[in-house]
Amino acid sequence: MSTRDAIALVLLIGASATAVAQSPAFGVGRPATSEDIRDLGSAIAPDGTGLPKASGSVAEGRAVFALRCAKCHGPKGEGDVGPTLVGGRGTLPTPRPLKTVGSFWPYATTVWDYVNRAMPFDEPGLLKPHEVYAVVGYILNINGIVADDGVMDATSLPKVKMPNRDGFVADPRPDVGKPVK
Amino acid sequence: MDPSSRRRFLQTGAAAGASILAGRQKAFGLDTPGKLGIPLGPYGERSPYEKAVRWRRESRTPETGSSFAPLQDSVGTLTPSALHYERHHAGIPTIDPAKHRLVIHGLVDRPLTLTMADIRRLPSVTRTLVLECGGNSGGEWQPRTGADVQRSYGLVSCSEWTGVPLSLVLAEVGVRRGASWVIAEGADACRMERSIPLAKAMDDILLAYGQNGEALRPAQGYPLRLIIPGWEGNTNVKWLHSLKLTDQAYMARDETAKYSDLMPDGKARIFTYQMEAKSVITFPSGGQTLPARGLYELTGLAWSGRGRITRVEITIDGGRSWTAARLHEPRQPIAFTRFRLPFRFDGRDAVIASRAVDESGYVQPTREELIAVRGMNSIYHFNGIKFWKVQADGTVTNVDA
Repeated sequence: MSTRDAIALVLLIGASATAVAQSPAFGVGRPATSEDIRDLGSAIAPDGTGLPKASGSVAEGRAVFALRCAKCHGPKGEGDVGPTLVGGRGTLPTPRPLKTVGSFWPYATTVWDYVNRAMPFDEPGLLKPHEVYAVVGYILNINGIVADDGVMDATSLPKVKMPNRDGFVADPRPDVGKPVK
Repeated sequence: MDPSSRRRFLQTGAAAGASILAGRQKAFGLDTPGKLGIPLGPYGERSPYEKAVRWRRESRTPETGSSFAPLQDSVGTLTPSALHYERHHAGIPTIDPAKHRLVIHGLVDRPLTLTMADIRRLPSVTRTLVLECGGNSGGEWQPRTGADVQRSYGLVSCSEWTGVPLSLVLAEVGVRRGASWVIAEGADACRMERSIPLAKAMDDILLAYGQNGEALRPAQGYPLRLIIPGWEGNTNVKWLHSLKLTDQAYMARDETAKYSDLMPDGKARIFTYQMEAKSVITFPSGGQTLPARGLYELTGLAWSGRGRITRVEITIDGGRSWTAARLHEPRQPIAFTRFRLPFRFDGRDAVIASRAVDESGYVQPTREELIAVRGMNSIYHFNGIKFWKVQADGTVTNVDA
């Protein structure tokens, strides 16, 4: 009952706020500028929304990887301090699943988004957009997903079909936990 | 008074004074008898005799990882902010609240930039809520598990959180038709990102700036974080600086590659936000010792992301029979509920466990029931019944360790 009370309370607040949604009730803050939005919230959607204009080749990505990534992920992405980036295809239904970009990640845009926001681990944000395209292309190449002469940009990257694209299902819980007798 | 009686009086008085002084010197455990204590201080510290600390594994990258709350040392139902579990992906940022900004943008009528002062001007709510890492007890899927309750179950804590309903702020910006998701991003080095359904954002999510009566600790997202009642910790984005309204989930690394639950058929469940009912005995628990035979108070913690705990049952015979425990009141929804039951240790082995039931009717399952459906590789959302073995010599071990 009190969960409902708590939710009802919040809904009540939400409802009263929604009722005046056409104009702000409190008028706090200031309009967000394009600089505010550019500096924060650089998220990339799976359809490619948000990807910048730039491009990078697999060959360029090999050099970026050797310089910026290999010290943690191994020279060939085999893993070290950082996780393994290659292999694992076919292992997901086995007792020893190896979840890598190649075997598990459903969208290439996610690799771009994550490398751009979080890598290199000790210097995130270091890579320029063309370097991110290039190194993502290289990581996809060593996984056999992008050809040796591949070039990644805002058009080609979202079109990459990752091997495990269809490997995710909705949450069916509660699936375990019988009702009380 | 003749001189001899006066002398006797003085001697008696001196003796009485000496005995009073001796009595004061005997104060149990006082390390500076007869001396003043330390002066008052501006910010409190616990007694130097209290040693409960978080536990974390050795790591070559100490900025990323988890630290586990010492549940075995906890009393009551709140976790001290200083002992709240941690899960960080790129270290703890130091943020000047005067310069911090929250930008709300995307599919909104009025993209808005808010300072902390703006946010604190808005009507606030306060709720006591449990926060649990989606990976808490992840080791329990495997045959060898943590030796004690801290290492097995310590990625969970309970705090009083204060903040502004996100629905209220979304009303301020005016959500556009077609928006169905909110992409939340933190200001930590990796700019942690999660996709959250708009329906939940309009329901009960908080933009929280307060924890246990003061500002959030840096490790808990200072100066601003999401608090999402009942959902896995990772979605409760810390150091929040961006909310983007979108028409699609963004399939972030931490909702696809991580925090998805791999099933035996090789498919992974995605957006497994909900935390389910769970409980664990904190005394007696692994690593502890009962010093002698006799009567003890068995105690532990229960919680559910779906609401209030309605019942906790205890077994001391390995699950053959169960007895209802007493629950501490008030039982708040999605918060720690402490349970207790008298336990007589008679010098014989006892395999003990707790089983929680929540107001949705959900019964905490066994590890075997979970594995039968989900296999052993799902990492996340383990909420199985936890057995400890009280051995004849009074030592307590993890049955599965």
